Amino acid sequence: MTESVFSGKIWVLLDQKGRLIEDIDTDQIYHNAFLHITDISQMGQHALGNLEGWKDFPQKVRPEDILVAGRNFGAGSSRQQAVDCFISLKVGLILAPSFGAIYFRNAVNSGFPVLKCPELDELVAKQILETGDEIKVDLRSSEGSNISKKTPFPVEPMSAVQYDIHQAGSLFSYGKESAG
Amino acid sequence: MGQTIIEKIIQNHTKEDVKPGKIVWMNLDIRSARDFGGPNVVKNYEREYGNAPLAEREKTFFTFDLCVPACSLKYADNQQVCRQFAKKMGIKVFDVDSGIGSHVMIEEGLAQAVSTVVGTDSHLNILGAVGCFGQGMGDVDITFAFKTGKTWFEVPETLKIVVKGDYAFPATAKDLTLYVLKKLGTHKAALKAVEFYGEAVKDLSLSGRITLCSMVTEMAGIIGFVPETSDSLREEVRELSGSEFSPLQPDEDSAYSDELEIDISGITPQVAAPYSPDNVRNISELKGVKIDTGFIGSCTNGRTEDLAQAAQILKGRKIKDGVTLKVVPATKRVYKEILERGILEDLFRSGAIIGSPGCSGCAEGHVGLTGEGEVQVSTGNRNFAGKQGKGQTYLASPAVVAASCLAGQIVSPEDL
Repeated sequence: MTESVFSGKIWVLLDQKGRLIEDIDTDQIYHNAFLHITDISQMGQHALGNLEGWKDFPQKVRPEDILVAGRNFGAGSSRQQAVDCFISLKVGLILAPSFGAIYFRNAVNSGFPVLKCPELDELVAKQILETGDEIKVDLRSSEGSNISKKTPFPVEPMSAVQYDIHQAGSLFSYGKESAG
Repeated sequence: MGQTIIEKIIQNHTKEDVKPGKIVWMNLDIRSARDFGGPNVVKNYEREYGNAPLAEREKTFFTFDLCVPACSLKYADNQQVCRQFAKKMGIKVFDVDSGIGSHVMIEEGLAQAVSTVVGTDSHLNILGAVGCFGQGMGDVDITFAFKTGKTWFEVPETLKIVVKGDYAFPATAKDLTLYVLKKLGTHKAALKAVEFYGEAVKDLSLSGRITLCSMVTEMAGIIGFVPETSDSLREEVRELSGSEFSPLQPDEDSAYSDELEIDISGITPQVAAPYSPDNVRNISELKGVKIDTGFIGSCTNGRTEDLAQAAQILKGRKIKDGVTLKVVPATKRVYKEILERGILEDLFRSGAIIGSPGCSGCAEGHVGLTGEGEVQVSTGNRNFAGKQGKGQTYLASPAVVAASCLAGQIVSPEDL
């Protein structure tokens, strides 16, 4: 069984005006100039490498940190590298109000936890979630907790298939365990 | 309760009851990988399954369309990795001479109405243009599909859009598409299947349907369908693919998440300004923007009809000094058609560069990249910052790109 409770420091992806950045596409997450890379250990250095204001993210982030992004995170292309670059950096989890459809699948299949948090815009606007806060979420629970601020916040728990694949480790191991 | 088109197609490929929001295991008719994603699929496959056979090799393909022929050593290596795997496994490769995979699959009759097709191309949902459920996926999904012939999928809700009114040249199918994108943004169709209705979309040719359905990706939707078909469309698809074209219709009592009307009466050409495809303006707001390069092609506007539209404007004229126009046919078949119909000559004589069939600039292929400060007007589908280089990309119809290359600035064909 894989861990289903995650805690870590959050990075809230804000623009220069302090707003949660929406529609971050896969070229901003992992630029197509590096699509030829197939070794996951080399992908982390390019994470958010084309997102204005966040190009130094790979240097700043620490293992188990949690990324907080605006709606439609991972819009655009089907590249798995846009998920793998965060696995490469050992990012614990990504929270966003919604994800690009293909991006969401890619994350699920890799066993990389992505959680939907429909009220995230408001939580960030009201500074209930701020960069540097330590938070805790349970993938099967509808309530997360900001440990630093001692405040609960709502999240959408994982669906059964997403949770099962996550628990198995990846789509591959899930497929081998069940007939599919 | 009846079913929408996407629900019916998925229902045809699963034993489970299909309803929106439910995740089901779905059988796949065709699975494919490109020269991007493909090498990762090979690597995943060999790591997870060794030399174990594919689910059905005759339903599994590689389609090279990204950097064709290879313009970097990395891509040359990656393509060769796929070729060697294909040889070992006995699967067909549509090699670097073929063109854009999704278009090749329509032409070859592989992507048929009511079938399910997956591949490593986020615009594979253009197959909705022929009533097929095409879906782009990442390399893990595609590896699993190669091995099992299945995938999991959350049945999307369906949004019904009624396009009211009609348009006339200089507005084209691309302008209709950009206008719909302007109205929907990236919110209204997000994660939904879309069914488009109305006379104007019913009358779209295959190439126009491809343009509309391709940009459902930019609307953040799952796939788009145009259920109503004309006799000429059915004939066109049958002639192209070599088989009968009979797309599904939704049940009369099917449930839609929402119904929207978009009135396109009298639209003028539409242009998406940098840096997002839904940043769409009427051309009048952007007239006079100086351009350095034009690009005509991509899975959105790379068919014969698109290139003919441009050639009609360029014929007998010269591209403005200092401006370059790059034209890339979607497939080898399109290349043959423009050659035989004299379109190629009109393009060449106007000063256009003709690239070999493929995706070109959209995915850092070799044609359609921009340098810092360069302004490009393109028939592609994306203009995200940095996507095609450091320059700025405006998205428009083939007619507007052609006219703008003659004028050296963004103009409507009627201004020439």
